[in-house]
Amino acid sequence: MEIWGGLTKAIELLISLDPEVMEIAGRSLRISGTACLLASLICLPLGSLIHFHHFRGKRVLINIIQTLFSVPTVVVGLFVFVLISRAGPLGGLGIMFTPTAMVIGQMILITPLLLGLTISALSGVSKEVVDTATSLGASGFQTVLLVLREARYAVLAAVIMGFGRAISEVGCALMIGGNFKGSTRVLTTATYLETGKGELELAIALGIILLFLALIINIVLNRLQQR
Amino acid sequence: MSLIKVTGLNHRYGERAILENINLSVDRGEVFALIGPTGAGKTTLLRIIDLLEVPSAGEIYVDGRCIPRSGKQRLEIRRRMSFIHQKPQVFNLSVYDNVACGLRWRGEEKDRIAGKVDRILEMVGLEGYKNRNARTLSGGEAQRVALARSLVLEPEVLLLDEPTANLDPVSTAKIEQLISYVARQRNTTMIMATHDMSQGQQLADRIGVLLDGRLVQTGNATDIFRSPQNEEVAHFVGMENIIEGIIIANNEGIATVNIGGNAIQTVSSYPVGKEVYACIRPEDITLALSSTQSSARNSFQAKVTQVTYLGPLSRVEINCGFRLIALVTKISAEDLNLQVGREVYATFKATGVHIMGKEIS
Repeated sequence: MEIWGGLTKAIELLISLDPEVMEIAGRSLRISGTACLLASLICLPLGSLIHFHHFRGKRVLINIIQTLFSVPTVVVGLFVFVLISRAGPLGGLGIMFTPTAMVIGQMILITPLLLGLTISALSGVSKEVVDTATSLGASGFQTVLLVLREARYAVLAAVIMGFGRAISEVGCALMIGGNFKGSTRVLTTATYLETGKGELELAIALGIILLFLALIINIVLNRLQQR
Repeated sequence: MSLIKVTGLNHRYGERAILENINLSVDRGEVFALIGPTGAGKTTLLRIIDLLEVPSAGEIYVDGRCIPRSGKQRLEIRRRMSFIHQKPQVFNLSVYDNVACGLRWRGEEKDRIAGKVDRILEMVGLEGYKNRNARTLSGGEAQRVALARSLVLEPEVLLLDEPTANLDPVSTAKIEQLISYVARQRNTTMIMATHDMSQGQQLADRIGVLLDGRLVQTGNATDIFRSPQNEEVAHFVGMENIIEGIIIANNEGIATVNIGGNAIQTVSSYPVGKEVYACIRPEDITLALSSTQSSARNSFQAKVTQVTYLGPLSRVEINCGFRLIALVTKISAEDLNLQVGREVYATFKATGVHIMGKEIS
């Protein structure tokens, strides 16, 4: 009964472009998108650096990164909370319960995933590609760029995975965002709140919107891949 | 002065020696073929010359300059060369981007790149494929993309590793044509690894035989194919008849060799008493039904023991007191009605016998 109600409600909210829902959805996209972009800017070069260099403990490092794929969101939330709370080392920034804090939290959350998947994407490119590029006169940096380009589909998949984990997490957003209406409320925290209030139809509607967003983003990225 | 010189080169992976004491020099404009069986170390030697790998010991000189074992200079030198790998590794990009990448890496201007790429694609017959993804091409087409990608750089040195392995005969012929065209038109220095001796013979000015990591013999095609230096090389270059014997007379270079009681006339300067191998290429033996008068000094009555058909040729095994293998055309095999048990006369010239001294080990 509630599911059916939720579905109709979701369609209603979507068609009417309900301002509050749109605002929440927009914020979700903005915060998770920013987190994903920043994490990508760190992880693609860092992943390449790790992949193309041989050093002691590389295997161990990759194992640790892979273990952190499944780090609980509340643990990251707690960690960032301690970091930016008034008494914490970054307390002076005063960013507790702001979108900025949420971006930082989600970025930390998805960095291992993006890093690990970038490394495995690059490992999927054969050694011969590297040799061929080198013998065609590519410098070390040019070779890295080519290999990234060869692995572009797998790298893009990594970014999609990272974004998916960021936009769907609730623990971190709640703990360091605070779910304040108009500033830090996002789709997941809103769904959580409405469920708690017993507003199941609205909660279901928000959940469906979240799924819908994920679907659209996946379709867009898939289109990009096929070009 | 030679363009590329390799001295005292040794290379090992862990305990295993891949190359041992290689000394080699290749002149500007020369086409040098490295022949040898699979696993002899041809690819490794090419990779070291292309500066993809650092040898365990030994030096490489390009234009007389010794190449350092690391540093920026290696990239500079590498950019004067180009390497065509055995398995064409095209990038997952359009054919155009594949061919253009080397020029882009060298910082060429966009317009010039476009012109050069168009010209080279036309040359390899892929002008209609510019926008195709190179990964969707057939093996022969991919190899032509790889060739175009290297040739567009107009390298001073072209290194080719089994460029026609795994290709069908038509694609092979196309690639061979391109290679010899480039060698002639651009005077490009080439070092080519192949296990196909006829390819080496056809394309190269000079041939080196690499066996088990050692450069056993270098010389022109005639030297290698007619006068192999030892038994190993003889086997590899298709000397099917390698017969042990001993010199029993030598009259001003015309030596008589005793092979199990049969005397054959040869040209050799070895003294009487020297143990030797007599090598006769199977295509140098003619078979006839009667003993014909000819300038050939050796003629033996023989019995056919086996006939194998190899397309246009037939491989005939005969016994004339010692075992000989002859290659005759299929038509003459039919004319002579060659079959097991048939009596024939086997004839070969004294100059058709290559004498190698037996190495005392």
